[in-house]
Amino acid sequence: MTTYVLRRVAAALVVLLAAFTVTFVVLYLLPSDPASIMLDAGTGGGGVDPAQAEALRDRLGLDQSPFQQYLQALGNAATGDLGTSFASGAPVATLIGQALPETARLTGFALLLAVVGGLGLASSASWTRSSRLRGLLLALPPLGVAVPTFWVGLVLLQLLSFRLPVFPAVGNQGFASLVLPAVTLAIPLSATIAQVLAQGMRAAWAAPYVETALAKGATRTRVQLRHVTRNAALPALTLLGVIVGNLLAGAVVVETVFSRQGFGRLVQSAVTSQDIPVVLGLVLVAALVFVVVNLLVDLAYPLLDPRTGPHLARKAA
Amino acid sequence: MTRTPRIPARARALAATLVVPALLLAACSSGGTTSGTSAAATTTADTADATPGGTLRFALGASPSGVDPQQVGSNVSIYIARQLADSLTDQDLTTGEIVPWLAESWEVSDDLTTFTFHLRDDVTFSDGTPLTATTVKANFDALTGELGATAPLAASYLAGYAGTTVVDEHTATVAFDAPNAQFLQATSTVSLAILSDATAAVDPNERLQGKVVGSGPFVLESYTQDQGAVVTRRDGYAWPSGLGENDGEAYLDKIQFTVVPESGVRAGGLASDQFDAVGDVLPQDVAQVEGAGGSVLTRTNPGVTFVLQPNVSAAPLDDVAVRQALNLAIDRQQLVDTVLSDAFEPATSVLASTTPGYTDLSDDLALDAAAAASLLDDAGWVAGADGIRAKDGEKLSIDVVYAPLFTGSQAVLELVQQQLRAVGIDLVLRQVTPADQQALLDSGDYDTYYYNVTRADADILRPQFASTGRNINHREADDVLDPLLADQLAAADPAKRADLVAQAQQEIVDQALAIPLFELAQSIGVAGDVHGVTFDASSRLLFHDAWIEQD
Repeated sequence: MTTYVLRRVAAALVVLLAAFTVTFVVLYLLPSDPASIMLDAGTGGGGVDPAQAEALRDRLGLDQSPFQQYLQALGNAATGDLGTSFASGAPVATLIGQALPETARLTGFALLLAVVGGLGLASSASWTRSSRLRGLLLALPPLGVAVPTFWVGLVLLQLLSFRLPVFPAVGNQGFASLVLPAVTLAIPLSATIAQVLAQGMRAAWAAPYVETALAKGATRTRVQLRHVTRNAALPALTLLGVIVGNLLAGAVVVETVFSRQGFGRLVQSAVTSQDIPVVLGLVLVAALVFVVVNLLVDLAYPLLDPRTGPHLARKAA
Repeated sequence: MTRTPRIPARARALAATLVVPALLLAACSSGGTTSGTSAAATTTADTADATPGGTLRFALGASPSGVDPQQVGSNVSIYIARQLADSLTDQDLTTGEIVPWLAESWEVSDDLTTFTFHLRDDVTFSDGTPLTATTVKANFDALTGELGATAPLAASYLAGYAGTTVVDEHTATVAFDAPNAQFLQATSTVSLAILSDATAAVDPNERLQGKVVGSGPFVLESYTQDQGAVVTRRDGYAWPSGLGENDGEAYLDKIQFTVVPESGVRAGGLASDQFDAVGDVLPQDVAQVEGAGGSVLTRTNPGVTFVLQPNVSAAPLDDVAVRQALNLAIDRQQLVDTVLSDAFEPATSVLASTTPGYTDLSDDLALDAAAAASLLDDAGWVAGADGIRAKDGEKLSIDVVYAPLFTGSQAVLELVQQQLRAVGIDLVLRQVTPADQQALLDSGDYDTYYYNVTRADADILRPQFASTGRNINHREADDVLDPLLADQLAAADPAKRADLVAQAQQEIVDQALAIPLFELAQSIGVAGDVHGVTFDASSRLLFHDAWIEQD
């Protein structure tokens, strides 16, 4: 077990290094120059004096060779120093440190809603004997995946903030401001979870052990909860890593529509202004979250299904 | 990688098209309506009824880049920064005249190289320190030193700075190597606002994040990047320029600026009383703002209008006839009527009508498709089977590089594309990021470059059109326009300067070194119980006169 975890940690470090390197290379392949972008923004679009751009490049350390800059940034990142933002001059660690808790609250609540919603929908669809109701319930997930997130957000705002003043339209203040963005973010995710679960449940209902359980006198409800859901949860759990990725991507849209501070807004502004240190820091943190979640998922498998011990996972890895 | 969620431009343009006729109808039925000029630029500033107190909640359309008046350039940043600091002079919005502010009076040498400012002796910064001649010197020295690298506008206004002499405690003389006719107006801008002695020594990054101390009517309480800022009233403020109504402390206790990127959310928030005022009201949101009892304040930005600026170093735009045909083929009124709103005005010169020194060239910029066609015929461009002209096997196809900074840009350019197609010119739209636009400008790989710049002084023509400036035209030095642009900077006599500037605008239009399209306007939504929100000469917001009706 310990070797297994160590091996996974080493693999995680490789993923982080790769993410860092690829991002750095991509940012350097872009034809634009961060110093010019900053100066152009500083003149309100009035243009850039080449001598000034040169002075700013010196200041930002952009006059060194890309390889030197790469080594410097990598060395700093390895020691926990993510540098300072080109655009604002604030330490990258501070910016991410401010943004991350907000996004964690948002995505955490959205994930909870998505799991409850997805589980409820799939279980109801699989448990019910009415084929019409099942058809109706199973039509919801494709719809939930298909509608654009920002549109859902704007409709919710229109109904529950502008027409009926139930929730605030913007900001990070308190639980009330969290509801609409979390619901918006949860809708496509719960749809994905419901789809995967429903499929697994349908397969589980056809399995011999269900027949055995029913023959032994178990009720449909008990079979649904005890056997079907547990067996169908495994593929959905595998999805969790992907879902966390989707949550972070969705946060970019949702945080913009609801004017929330957070990871997504930071990504959006850093990419627009080609703020290399911030983008690198964000990619590292996102990759770290992704790696940790996947590691936790792998470690959780045996708890749900004793058939998948570490010995099997090792084989798979 | 990631994209801001946006309603596609086509849908927005459609929405605008649907909404605009309704607006025009509304305007007709309500009787007299003013548009684009200073008459519409203020809410009822009935300060006699002004009730002090309250917090004004303002929704900004984009994230500020910081709050340091001297370093920031975008409108949203200036909306916050301008409240924190005062300038040596102020500029009258209607006349363009420069009036006293922190400086009660000044003398300018005949050769326009030295400017002596006599400062008020009762001004203090919010940290309690007094304004002295040393403060002015510290500010300008810093801006021409290391800070200049991150304060590009201020540095450009101070180009040729030779130094500041402290004559006595309240007299400072600023000297330049060469005549500098634009400097006096520049002292009225937010970029040359005067900050405390201590601020001049603070690291530029920390200043952007909020370590700025000014003498303005409000003091910064907090600033969070991408989120907003809170400013509070400065107690004891008693030195406004006098252009506003209020001669003492601000009426508002606080202004809370919140960044709200989605325009629909800003308008909905105003209508549902979650905001008191909002920036960047789009044409499709005007009805919602007015329907809720609010009003939309508009003012045209001074400076260079939105233009297509041609690259004259390559075919086909090296031919002046083709460039002139472009100017004649565009129906500017239609741009405003169809895809913009009545807040906007068609361009009638390369300078916007609110710029001091603007000259009306609407006759030269009127639609004349027949004249455009005959210019192109004479130049040897013959219409092909698909309606696009060609010469020697080359199609008359030009591109336009644009960054979608202003939300209406794509719709405008699509309509320009249709208008040009009608005379046989194919316009190819190349949307780029602001970052790539700058890189393209340096490379010269474009036919036309689409942009605008805000500045309430005609000298803005110099960096944009002189062959020694940014040289967006990629042209050779000449003996007409370059001398005009250089001479206006040295013209001590305002009438002579105005004449030189008028000639420069005429020359730019005659040579079609710019294809002016429309004047940018600020469009601010204000709730019915909010009064006294005003624009300054650069069309940026002021809140010194603002007040909210108290229940």
